[in-house]
Amino acid sequence: METRKPPQDFTLRVRRYDPESGQAPYWDEHTIQLEPHRSVLEGLLQAKGRFDGSIGVRCSCKAAICGSCGVRVNGQPGLACHTHLGAALKSAKDGVIEIEPMGNMPVIKDLIVDMDAVHWKKIARVTPWLLADEDNVPEREHIVPKEAMVDVTQSMACIQCGACVSDCLSMELDPLFIGPAALAKAYRFVGDPRDVQQVQRLEDLAQDPHGLYACTHCFKCIDACPKGVAPMSQIMRLRRRAGSDHHIKDANNGFNHEHAFVKNIRRNGLLHENDLLTDSFGGKLSPAAGAFMARSLPVITRALLRGKATLKVALSHPHKAPADVKRIFDTIEARPERVEFNPYITGTDEDNAPNPPAEAPQTGPHAGQEATA
Amino acid sequence: MPSHDVLIIGAGLAGQRAALAAAQAGATVGIMSKVHPVRSHSVAAAGGMNAAISVDDDWHSHAYDTVKGSDFLGDQDAIEIMCSEAPAEVMHLEHIGVTFHRNDKGELDLRAFGGASIKRTAYVADITGQAILHVLYEQLMKHHETVQRFEEWFTTSLILDDVGTCTGCVARDIRTGAMEVFTAKNVILASGGAGQCYKPTTNALICTADGIAQAYRAGVPLMDMEMVQYHPTTLVENGFLITEGARGEGAHLLNKDGDRFMEKYAPNKMELASRDVVSRAEQTEINEGRGVGTDGEGIYLDITVVPKKRTLEALREIVNVGRDFAGVDITKEPILIRPGQHYIMGGVKTDVDGVTAISGLYAAGEVACISVHGGNRLGANSLLDTLIFGRRSGEHAAERSRQMAMPTGGQAQLRHDEAMIAGIIAREKTGRRISEIKDELGNVMNDRVAVYREEAGMLKAHETVKRLKEEAQTAYVDDRGTVFNQDVLGAIELGYMLDAAECTVVAAIERKESRGAQFRTDYPERDDEQWMKHINTSVPTDADDTPRISYSPVTITQWQPEERKY
Repeated sequence: METRKPPQDFTLRVRRYDPESGQAPYWDEHTIQLEPHRSVLEGLLQAKGRFDGSIGVRCSCKAAICGSCGVRVNGQPGLACHTHLGAALKSAKDGVIEIEPMGNMPVIKDLIVDMDAVHWKKIARVTPWLLADEDNVPEREHIVPKEAMVDVTQSMACIQCGACVSDCLSMELDPLFIGPAALAKAYRFVGDPRDVQQVQRLEDLAQDPHGLYACTHCFKCIDACPKGVAPMSQIMRLRRRAGSDHHIKDANNGFNHEHAFVKNIRRNGLLHENDLLTDSFGGKLSPAAGAFMARSLPVITRALLRGKATLKVALSHPHKAPADVKRIFDTIEARPERVEFNPYITGTDEDNAPNPPAEAPQTGPHAGQEATA
Repeated sequence: MPSHDVLIIGAGLAGQRAALAAAQAGATVGIMSKVHPVRSHSVAAAGGMNAAISVDDDWHSHAYDTVKGSDFLGDQDAIEIMCSEAPAEVMHLEHIGVTFHRNDKGELDLRAFGGASIKRTAYVADITGQAILHVLYEQLMKHHETVQRFEEWFTTSLILDDVGTCTGCVARDIRTGAMEVFTAKNVILASGGAGQCYKPTTNALICTADGIAQAYRAGVPLMDMEMVQYHPTTLVENGFLITEGARGEGAHLLNKDGDRFMEKYAPNKMELASRDVVSRAEQTEINEGRGVGTDGEGIYLDITVVPKKRTLEALREIVNVGRDFAGVDITKEPILIRPGQHYIMGGVKTDVDGVTAISGLYAAGEVACISVHGGNRLGANSLLDTLIFGRRSGEHAAERSRQMAMPTGGQAQLRHDEAMIAGIIAREKTGRRISEIKDELGNVMNDRVAVYREEAGMLKAHETVKRLKEEAQTAYVDDRGTVFNQDVLGAIELGYMLDAAECTVVAAIERKESRGAQFRTDYPERDDEQWMKHINTSVPTDADDTPRISYSPVTITQWQPEERKY
């Protein structure tokens, strides 16, 4: 915990863009004075209030609840109100805190991006409302397991700030990718026992070439999310529901690829990429595998030329998994049903430990001095 | 020119609920908000929503608790409606998808809350407002064909026709700067409260009294404006809210001697007395030198007595707030809090269907005063208020629009507002900065019109507000553009806040007694004989330029005033 420090100077370098000027975006610097535990948003508001009211930034609650102030601070996406000036200074490359609009969305003005054009369009894609059984509406509430509601609260905790969308690598490559926020929103219904179209939802998202299987597990969205929603984890849970629970075999080969992956690890211990490619398409002798290999020749050639793959590794990979790996598989597969590991519901061991013995609260003239960070 | 049977201004819980209800009743609906709907301040409501849904509970008990909480200033007919319709509303929300937390049997779980005689607060962790707001927005997306959304549009004026009927509004598309007339058979104001008149406040930057001032300027009286709620647990650090749910889950309040001082002030309900009582107790401890913190400016809220697992599951958001904004792990150590401005019980005077004194104009939610909260709102009654009266306004307005033709006109108001904005942009850079005036307003209100009040201080506050109103006329803006010109909107909002703040000060000076959130050190007793009535403030007509005062009776149905003890 940082102790309370007096106000100090911070220089903010803000990415400015005025669509009416006909000029390109530019950098603008302002020096503000605040305590280091104050937020970057408070810094921006001071600059706006004292020096230049034309700085455009959406903001409302200042407390990481409303999701308005998604920006990039020193290249890292997040909420301006949720980033401390002191911490931002530490990650600044030249002593100046750099604030830019989020990525993957068009900039309207300064730090304001067009969320309708990207984020909200993707949310609308996933049928973002509960599809309950309308013929059997209960008189009172639906009776559902306690854990199920805690579980979907994790995706319900999403404040639609767009930080995960900003730095989604898959979306950068494939702008049509449904993306982390919208897929997390989809899990909010797929995980809700009251929704009666879960299978249809999963089928839809699995078959979409820009859907469930377009995520490349880069973890960027988990890092970016200020609310612990862990969008990528929700995507993986959608996949487990689609693949393991409902055996949805999708046109994108996501299902087969996952199964080939499991088979590969079970057999080899470490991933054997040669086998993985062909197994994903039904084995070395399958025509689909052949066609895919042929299509992939340019990529394979480039990989060989750049040393990313070598013939030696490809051909001499051991085909024997250590006993420990085999035991893990045996244990998991022997279970009658899949156990979902989600510390959001279960808590960690530390969370579940009994409260420490009551300590007298700090008192005296210095009490509370440390109550800031 | 957009035209709708029902146009709703504001898209928090009241606005969205009104929109859905009006659409379901067959009206054409437009809903407009200066921010994207999910950014509305309803998102910050944490603890839950009251409804007598337990088999051991009865809405009469909920109503009595609410009347008592209001310090007998609430109108009992309206309170009866709110409390008797609450269970059905909770079930409706559950059916459309709100992820209310469950008990072990899978039924809705209920938590304890301040001023309630039984556990009756349904909740989603401590993000209840967010969870409901996002589910209503899901419904708006679902019903996008019947509810037209105007997101990031700023209302500059209500339009009144020759006979004083409201026929729509003028609004500015924030993204393009374009101004338009929105014609409507009925307008529902659902634009929230006025917390930004105070500094600090738990309220978002957008809570700038827009609808309150628009209705006031159009001639609707404001009621109970002196009743400003200070929430007992806001961070000393920055005024952020720590949910009452913490105390509902069992947290203690401690002074510097480590005493649970609420024993002295509310021996039965302790930390779960009504908010005005708890805030006053804390302020007394602080004023008498028993506060904690560097300058004894706060009180400890000790959440460590709540089982850690329960805290992490049910109070997740304040674990984050403690960690991220105060550097405190609330599962391990107490956190420094104090009373802070949180809510206004007062607002645009309406009846139980949201109808105001102006034909065609409704109000619902924090912008309105029905009055269900009277002198003091109970925790977890605000979400309920927004939803019940949002729905009722939407239904009533839809019904009214059936018998009407679509009005026309409004071009004169449009030209007026365009000129007003051009005038702001053209101001010389000689005046004060908007942010300076706003800070001065917030400070004077928090110093003089807070938990403890007295006449001399409030008269000074009124002088200050009057001077700031003058200065606001020439406050200049830097931004001369049209796209997302937040600067010019800030200048308009400043005017709204000053109008609302003046009504608060004037009404607080007028009420020469102590009741609910208003505690006068110069009149420390409740005086039912003189002051068992609402104070209304209306836009001045004489040269004096001070809000006009009038009174309305309090409606009593079954609960006679009695001494309030917790």
